[in-house]
Amino acid sequence: MLSTLLAAAIDGLMIGVVYGLVAMGLTLIFGVMNVINLAHGPVVVLGMFGVYLCFAQLGLPPYGGLLVVAVLGILLGVLIYFVAVHRVLNAPHLSSLLATFAVNMMIIGIGTSILSTNFRNVDYSLGTLRLGTIALTGTRLTAAGVALAITAALYLFLQRTRPGKYIRAVANNRQSAELMGIPSRRVLALAFGIGTMLAAMAGGLLATIQPFTILSGGVYELKSFVIVVLGGLGNPIGALVGGLILGLIEGLVPVFMRTTWVPVLEFVLFVLILLIRPQGLFGAKS
Amino acid sequence: MPRPIRILLGILILVIGLAGCAAPGGQAPAPTQPPAATPAPTQAPPTPTAAPPAPKTVTALVGFTASLTGKLNVESTRQTNGLQLWMKQVNEAGGIKLADGTVVKFEAKFYDDESNQDRVQELYTRLASEDKADFLISPYSSGLTAAASVIAEQYEKIMITTGAASDSNYKQGYTLVFQAYTPASKYLTGAVDLILATTPNLKRIAIVHENDKFSTDVANAAKRYAENKGFEVVLFEGYDSGTTDFAPIINKVQQAAPEAIIGGGHFQDGSTFARQLAEKQVPAEFLALLVAPPEPSFAELGDAAVGVIGPSQWEPLAAYTEASAKAAGLSWYGLSGADFTAAYQAAYGEEPSYHAAGGYAAGLILQAAIEKAGSLETAKVKEALDGMDMLTFFGHIKFDTTPEAHGLQIGHEMVYIQWQKDAGGHLVKQVVWPVEAKTADVIHPVR
Repeated sequence: MLSTLLAAAIDGLMIGVVYGLVAMGLTLIFGVMNVINLAHGPVVVLGMFGVYLCFAQLGLPPYGGLLVVAVLGILLGVLIYFVAVHRVLNAPHLSSLLATFAVNMMIIGIGTSILSTNFRNVDYSLGTLRLGTIALTGTRLTAAGVALAITAALYLFLQRTRPGKYIRAVANNRQSAELMGIPSRRVLALAFGIGTMLAAMAGGLLATIQPFTILSGGVYELKSFVIVVLGGLGNPIGALVGGLILGLIEGLVPVFMRTTWVPVLEFVLFVLILLIRPQGLFGAKS
Repeated sequence: MPRPIRILLGILILVIGLAGCAAPGGQAPAPTQPPAATPAPTQAPPTPTAAPPAPKTVTALVGFTASLTGKLNVESTRQTNGLQLWMKQVNEAGGIKLADGTVVKFEAKFYDDESNQDRVQELYTRLASEDKADFLISPYSSGLTAAASVIAEQYEKIMITTGAASDSNYKQGYTLVFQAYTPASKYLTGAVDLILATTPNLKRIAIVHENDKFSTDVANAAKRYAENKGFEVVLFEGYDSGTTDFAPIINKVQQAAPEAIIGGGHFQDGSTFARQLAEKQVPAEFLALLVAPPEPSFAELGDAAVGVIGPSQWEPLAAYTEASAKAAGLSWYGLSGADFTAAYQAAYGEEPSYHAAGGYAAGLILQAAIEKAGSLETAKVKEALDGMDMLTFFGHIKFDTTPEAHGLQIGHEMVYIQWQKDAGGHLVKQVVWPVEAKTADVIHPVR
């Protein structure tokens, strides 16, 4: 029993880190510009397809494909920002929700017609690591490791680099930042690009673990909302911890009850947090 | 000359032309290869006046719908292809000769049901009332067939169902609906028999299934069956239809430590489950999953596919032959599996799937019943179907005749395939169960 619990917890934590990465993109964008990005799910899927196409068509190993996805992700984010978000930034919340939802529908529509809704699979294996009775699959372990590395890089970027500091400044107070000579338009575009890149890269990592279709994004977007509410809206580190909690629930709950209870418990938690601690476990952006 | 008369004349000439070379007794169904260059009816010369009196020819109208559009398109198209191949072969062989000398030919009448249940009801009503179809064949899928069955019964038309495995359709008190497929409740019971026959000491079995109606029905039936056979079901767990991460379930499987794992659902979840079981190196003597393994693309899993067993309604490999009919004490009817595969491949350029074979088998069942009844009358053909007990290339055909489950298929068994490696290390599908159809011994343990 103990080894089952341990295996379930480790599996859950590993996938939880990746969920955390997806949510981090969402929460970063919200933290900086108060936009809830409803195109987040489809971007995750585009990341999956990016890695898949690099692997299946160009023969690149999935982790090489991830770099391509990172570059394209940031460019896509900047594009989405200028096309759909920038103009409605100061409009009521509903406008940005509708604008990003429109982007969501466009990506899914174009994706469905080009890529069909068939399941895809990145058929790549890194073997299995055995620790006593616990078997850890290589791709899952690597995905968790890469997600942690990306999180660390994001932290360093935000804390130590000039553009990172700009982003934090704009997030804190856009008017003051502009008065200090920070080009807020470009900084916002960069922040949106980084948020999108995080989602796309997380998608690329998920593609090495699970099969997916062009419609798979909705699941990860929903999970991201739960995680973001758990960790506090606008708090990237909270998102990581929220992801780990969600992963643990997914891993451990099925040990004790039917797997069909997992989403029920996840959303009960979601509602409870909203009721009892709406700022999230780690505090929202003030 | 109006077109119908020209066609009738053409058919008449064709019948006269073929009467001389028809097989004695008219028992032989279709030839395996269509005769080359049969003259088209419209180009035929006028009837020679000196010919002997032609036998009476009647045309039986067979009505059905096909899902030419919508989500069932792929399977339905194959089913329709199979059925039309049967019709073409019978007609080209000169039709069925009944005991009184009447020759029966077939004509198809079908519409696109758009994979939609409402359309099915509407179209079967039209087939039965306006088109005056003599017999009906079901659409593809249990859902559409349920809608069509009501109409068939209401208009007193015999309907052979194919592509419709659900048991419940045959427990509605219908008397004219006959099922070609093995019912869903028996999809995995053969796997239990296989395990029992191969390793009598194996006791611990885990059932992990998709949470949809079909898979849950199959899993429940398999659970009851396994427990009756003395197995201990150590895990009985469902997963959501969209599941892509099986790690939590696999951890549970490992905790339960079964010796055999059976279950699954449809293609995507089944193949993902098999792949992740292999990645987690879960030890098992047997692994049998629904639907996914018989699909050729299952081989893309590579080593993870090796040893996986799956039930199929029919496989080109299945060795149902005249000899195995004799051994089982059954009468043999129709063409061989190899001949069907060759004819289908020649006609459509692809290997037939079990949906295609099911379509052909539905026609074959109708043909056998009409021959035996010696008539096209519903009551007589029904009686022939009730008494049917024969082996065909598709397998054993016998119907339940009790009022509780009239028309339910009780003869046909699933064949179980297993992915194995041949001498060259390539993945190949082998039929491992039942004994009379098997092409290789089952390999175990899987891992």
